[in-house]
Amino acid sequence: MARPAATVSDAPAVQAATPKQELGPVFKLAAKPADYIDQRVGVAKLSRPFIRKVFPDHWSFLLGEVALYSFVVLLLTGVFLTIWYKPSMAEVEYDGTYQLLRGLTMSQSYESSLQLSFDIRGGLLVRQIHHWSAMLFLAAMLAHMLRVFFTGAFRKPRELNYLLGVGLILTGLIEGFAGYSLPDDLLSGTGLRFVDGLIRAIPLIGTWAEFFVFGGEFPGDIIVARLYMVHILLLPAIILGLIAAHLALVVYLKHTQFAGPGRNETNVVGYPIFPVYMAKAGGFFFIVFGVLVLMGGLMQINPIWTYGPYNPAQVTAGSQPDWYMGFVEGAIRIMPNWESHIGGTTWSWNVAIPGLGVMGLFFGLMAAYPFLEAWVTKDKAEHHILERPRNNPTRTGFGVAAMTAYGMLWIGGGNDLVATQFHVSLNAVTYILRVAVFVAPVLAFMITKRICIGLQRSDEERLLHGAETGIIERDPSGAYSERHAPISQGEAWTLTQHRQYAALMPAESDPDLTDGQLQRENLRRRASRFYFIDTLRKPTRAELEAAQHHGDGHDGHGEIESGHNGNGHNGNGDGRSGNADGHHSIEAGEKTSGAVPSQ
Amino acid sequence: MTDLERSASAGDGHSDLDVLHPESQYPVADPGHPEHLPRLTDVDEAAADRATRQVATMFALVPVLAIGFAVAYFAVPRTMFIDFAFLHVNLQHFLLGSTAGLALLLIGVGAVQWARQLMDDHEMVDYRHSATSDRDDREYVVTELQKGTEESKITRRKVLGRSLIGALAAMGIPLVVSFADLGPWPTKKRRAATIETTIWHEGVRLVNDITYVPIKASDLEIGQLVNGQPENIQELEGTELQQAKAKSSIIVVRMDPRTVQIPASRQDWQVGGILCYSKICTHVGCPISLWEQQTHHLLCPCHQSTFDLGNSGLVIFGPAARALPQLPITVDAEGYLVARSGFTVPVGPSYFERDSRDDFKEGDN
Repeated sequence: MARPAATVSDAPAVQAATPKQELGPVFKLAAKPADYIDQRVGVAKLSRPFIRKVFPDHWSFLLGEVALYSFVVLLLTGVFLTIWYKPSMAEVEYDGTYQLLRGLTMSQSYESSLQLSFDIRGGLLVRQIHHWSAMLFLAAMLAHMLRVFFTGAFRKPRELNYLLGVGLILTGLIEGFAGYSLPDDLLSGTGLRFVDGLIRAIPLIGTWAEFFVFGGEFPGDIIVARLYMVHILLLPAIILGLIAAHLALVVYLKHTQFAGPGRNETNVVGYPIFPVYMAKAGGFFFIVFGVLVLMGGLMQINPIWTYGPYNPAQVTAGSQPDWYMGFVEGAIRIMPNWESHIGGTTWSWNVAIPGLGVMGLFFGLMAAYPFLEAWVTKDKAEHHILERPRNNPTRTGFGVAAMTAYGMLWIGGGNDLVATQFHVSLNAVTYILRVAVFVAPVLAFMITKRICIGLQRSDEERLLHGAETGIIERDPSGAYSERHAPISQGEAWTLTQHRQYAALMPAESDPDLTDGQLQRENLRRRASRFYFIDTLRKPTRAELEAAQHHGDGHDGHGEIESGHNGNGHNGNGDGRSGNADGHHSIEAGEKTSGAVPSQ
Repeated sequence: MTDLERSASAGDGHSDLDVLHPESQYPVADPGHPEHLPRLTDVDEAAADRATRQVATMFALVPVLAIGFAVAYFAVPRTMFIDFAFLHVNLQHFLLGSTAGLALLLIGVGAVQWARQLMDDHEMVDYRHSATSDRDDREYVVTELQKGTEESKITRRKVLGRSLIGALAAMGIPLVVSFADLGPWPTKKRRAATIETTIWHEGVRLVNDITYVPIKASDLEIGQLVNGQPENIQELEGTELQQAKAKSSIIVVRMDPRTVQIPASRQDWQVGGILCYSKICTHVGCPISLWEQQTHHLLCPCHQSTFDLGNSGLVIFGPAARALPQLPITVDAEGYLVARSGFTVPVGPSYFERDSRDDFKEGDN
């Protein structure tokens, strides 16, 4: 990786020192048009702050880029598809190239989708690129969201940008589903039938919503045209707006960066937009596009001709939505069949809870999390250095728990295929998942948290005792030990750059606080204990110095015979007495708002 | 380490953020930016030339592939197929995708290689500034807003503001009202005429759902299941046909009468063990189609709700909550199966206004 030498602020000095350069031929050519535009738009003024803007480099920052580029590919391929696609449910008789469907009556939208696939050269390619891009768009957004979550990039000042991201995932889901419904083949019609049942099940207004969405009784003659409008106009406009705001905030707040030598909360270290990111990000767009085109050309997706036109009386076994709707599908499948019949009314909990509740819960929790954590820590500082997942074990545990719940639901979405592929009972799979969707996340939380703390211990080990060298030494008494080499200051700085919070003891009663305030404060303190009581405290400067001294004095050995007790840095001991060993902290904190993060 | 770097790592006033992160938080001092390590292409001109050739070659291949795309588009017949190993694909489609995909990929990989190997790779430092506005800015904005508010006279003539809010809020009415025609209103009468009824009525023959051939009782074997439709569905087309299919589809099964439970109230709904049920799942409306002949179970392929056709269509597994509605049938003079009436309860998925008290429940007779 490259190392920084220059900073933005010394650019003028460099310029002053170098003689004025002769303009290159391209610049000479562009001079007049540029001058013309600048006199009218002031492009030089506008681009000045951005042209050498610095972006940090890390592979995980590419995930959001993948999402952005696949959306661009979606726009490009989508325009191509609209040229031939006919959003009409009018009944026509198929007379196209595909022999097996000839003579069948079908909707015009299905017929035009078949025409696109068989009679327009490159049509199938573009349709498949479009579908693959949609898959990638959602996958990349979710992966990007996980990166942001696990590294704490949602913390102040980026909470609002995180919310824009949540909005993007939600609109992306609906956008994908709307597109899936447009070919009006058997699978997309079956998906619509499911949505019809889902809408109907909304308590109180379900029937009205159904009649309003479908223009009457399912399937009606207008839903495809309406979804077309939603798919190519309404939602893309919203998504574009959200993306614009999302990126504007990234530019304004500057990108977060990982800890490292020379990197701190007040700077951003990386490469300039021009020319490095112009080439890297621009090139990466072409890479994403190229991969998607290759996928469209080589990997079949949604062969709409296989199952024929939509017929409400037909369905195929193994019907599945696209992967991103799998968790909702799973919730619907594993839900017990609860339904209340009160008087002349029917309350369809078996559909409403998993269909609407799970989506609501998922996105609600996702959106609420940054504010929840900020309430617990009361941290008002801006954060630009990303945390490693291990350094916030509770948050990481929550994230993995959510992923696990999502995964269980996802398995539920294919419970029939799990049963047939693994030769197990469908009923057993369903019953197990009903329990697992609640139990597995708890287990995942506990395991993840332990793994994080273990990783923190290994960091601590490196900080206090250095890196293992692999050299085993035998001392005069016959004991063996491994020699440790001290780590670099850069690594030590990197490992200790994260912020820590105290686990707070309950507050004493306080005349300044009302009972309600005190209760809330104590709830917060309880939450802070839940969050931080197990978290390993990073060593202090004095401890680091003492450890170094200890290492020097014993010439690096003595780890095996004595290292893990007596030096006060064992960090572990017997886990349970962890609070006493000096590496966990409970602090009384301050009475009210002033709870400063512990050092 | 240059002076400049040192000052950067200490937070020398370029940024207003450092106050929030006290130095004492960090047990280790920032060693500052590490030295820049040159790449091979920085020190070895031959390596740089090689990288240049690589990038230029990648770019140079793009026009070749672009022309290949055009050739595939115009010259390759659409009827040719590749059938080799795992590839079973239309040749033209394959060539269009591979040429365009590879061309794009080469542009991308070339550009990234250029950036990584040949562009200057000295990292740069930019300073952050708090997202918060300066105190001055805030004060200015608040003062000017206050001034502007005074100038607008709204503070003295409060009715201006209140009436404006009222006016804007009232425009919500036209906004909402204009959507009232999104669909017909599902009043009690309309529900009765649409989602609560089907085209089944007394005397309508049961026909095969593909061939529309009437189903003769004597043609059904024990264990056989036939997907059916009402005979009069042939009169419909387009939207009405789809809507009718979404409700009227049925399954006709013949089971050994000794192996099934037929409640007393439904003794005359069947013909010698031939029973007829709605094919539309009571969960979210998929057409149910997976028949387990030995157990008399019918499984919905969408969400795996399982119904026992040998026991009045009761739910025995899965998310569906209500039994499959049964259609009372008999035979006409020629031995064909006909409906004795329409369905006695609404078919298909639940909705709020559905009166589910008349559905068949466990223990009913």
